[in-house]
Amino acid sequence: MSGASITAESIGRRSWLKPSISRERRWALWASYIVLVFFAIGFLAPPYFELVTALKTSQQLGSGKDPWFTAHPFFGNFIGIVTNPDFQTFFLNTVKVTLIVVVLTLVMSILAAYALARMRFFGSQAFATGVFLTYLVPESLLFIPLFKVLSFLHLINSTWCLLLVWPTLSVPFCTWIMIGYFSSIPKELDEAAMIDGASHLQMLWKIFIPVALPGIIAATIFAFTVCWGDFLYPLAYLFTGKQMVLTAGIVSDLIHGDVLDWGHIMAANVVASAPPVIIYAFLMDYYIAGLTAGATKG
Amino acid sequence: MAQVTLRKVSKSYDQHVQAVKAIDLDIADEEFVVLVGPSGCGKTTTLRMIAGLEEITDGEISIGGELVNDVPPRDRDIAMVFQNYALYPHMTVFDNMAFGLKLRKFPRDEIKRRVDEAARILDIGPLLARKPKALSGGQRQRVAMGRAIVRHPKVFLFDEPLSNLDAKLRVQMRTEIKKVHQAVRTTTVYVTHDQVEAMTLADRVVVMNHGVIEQVGPPQELYHNPLTRFVAGFIGSPAMNFVPVRLETVGNQLMLRLTDEIRLPVPASRVDRYSPYKDHNVLLGIRPEHLTELKDPAKPNVVRFDARLDVTEPMGMEIMVHFRINGTELCGRIDPSVRAEAGEILPMSADLNHMHLIDADTGRVV
Repeated sequence: MSGASITAESIGRRSWLKPSISRERRWALWASYIVLVFFAIGFLAPPYFELVTALKTSQQLGSGKDPWFTAHPFFGNFIGIVTNPDFQTFFLNTVKVTLIVVVLTLVMSILAAYALARMRFFGSQAFATGVFLTYLVPESLLFIPLFKVLSFLHLINSTWCLLLVWPTLSVPFCTWIMIGYFSSIPKELDEAAMIDGASHLQMLWKIFIPVALPGIIAATIFAFTVCWGDFLYPLAYLFTGKQMVLTAGIVSDLIHGDVLDWGHIMAANVVASAPPVIIYAFLMDYYIAGLTAGATKG
Repeated sequence: MAQVTLRKVSKSYDQHVQAVKAIDLDIADEEFVVLVGPSGCGKTTTLRMIAGLEEITDGEISIGGELVNDVPPRDRDIAMVFQNYALYPHMTVFDNMAFGLKLRKFPRDEIKRRVDEAARILDIGPLLARKPKALSGGQRQRVAMGRAIVRHPKVFLFDEPLSNLDAKLRVQMRTEIKKVHQAVRTTTVYVTHDQVEAMTLADRVVVMNHGVIEQVGPPQELYHNPLTRFVAGFIGSPAMNFVPVRLETVGNQLMLRLTDEIRLPVPASRVDRYSPYKDHNVLLGIRPEHLTELKDPAKPNVVRFDARLDVTEPMGMEIMVHFRINGTELCGRIDPSVRAEAGEILPMSADLNHMHLIDADTGRVV
């Protein structure tokens, strides 16, 4: 045979050069795992540190030993924080305002998204783009003009001022999510409902909302998270303990001058983070389904 | 009484694209009319204008004698079956069918009676508690029809309802639709691009092309007496063959000249009709079933010829044969008992008793 002949041995030697779906997939998986583990450590380290710190006594914290571990968990910080009347006020204020803003956001977003996605009218496309553009304006640019507005309305240092300012964060993005979701619902569905005798409001209530439930849940989670975790607006507009919400309250109330009660601060952070974590854990599948709606042919 | 009348109905988009051009159509009460034509011919737009889902640019539409130009779809008393079924995915089959009745505040007992009746007609009784995702394509289409039937509307509108089904199910559902119409006798307007569906279902077929109605008539009339080249070519499968010829007189005989060697005599019964086109280039139209294996050469107006077969397509009950004459591709239909292989020469005959002659300039059948 000539030198060009191919033997089993030569195939075996060169098989590592041969492209193969399973080999490519294996490499992609390894790369994914490495990146995911790297980011998981990066993102989970702070909350873990927060939890471990919250479970330590002041003496343990002062000693500076074992910053990432505690053999004898101490729950006094948690008991102290949940029985603290100021913290209870912050928590109740946050729950109250967040829930109202979430409801307001959903009502506004669903109505706006239905109109923009389904009721063709002059400028609807420009409106839809405009809604999203408002989301792109950062909080740090808006809080000064909003301060002027709230001053004019005499709402500075009132928890209720957040009912006005938080929707500026939540409504545009939720409307955008809902526009995407409503657009992915086949046009024939509303035409069938129209012929069946439904008005626009009936169509929205009986067809669109049930069909778009994953999208609505995604919007709910987003609105909840944005309001619950917002720091800048409460810090800028609220001054007294009775009006504070969790994010700004923890910082302003639990830090006295240069005295940092780390155990209590961390315990407060853990308790404050719990509601969004629980909501995410239960509704994550809906959240992903909502955000990816319309990405593929249904 | 639910006749549907269209008077000079037009539809334009952006003042440039005219989808439907001033069409007139009268659909009688209880009639089953099929709008058929190629993609973009305006048939679906016409149906949607009848439904009220598209505003009309010009003209008048009446349903049951009442002008409905400005009447919203829900008040037109129509029911529509969509190509993709358009079932409400979060509702059961029962709720899907009952939705329109609930909105119209029908009593609960009446809703149940109507849904049960429709389920019996469509044989979907055991499916009433299921959601659409748990149904096959054919079952979904039945439910969509059920949703239309329970309403007892003046007019049924079908928008290519069988296009998403496989070939076998399509034939089955076609029969179902015909049975349903025979049972409920509701005026029906049905849109399809499939001429077989149109021929088998319709009392009358409306052939549309480029936004105009080419011809309206019962299926057999359209098949045997097409008025235009488009209708002649669109109705019938395989399509009619068209051969460019020149009408000439040789001696006293009016002849169709294909080439200097091939001349076909015009049947005596057609001479008067075709004489005005003497010395004109025209198109000879002849259906595949009139180009067959040589059977009875003595029959009047049957011309024999030899064809070298390019392709043969055995269909079981017949064989379709493709061959060329003077560069024009033709299709013939022969008996399956005849031995026909590609590349062989087969003695064939053309029955000119069934020929059509088309004016090449106007596209109209002479």
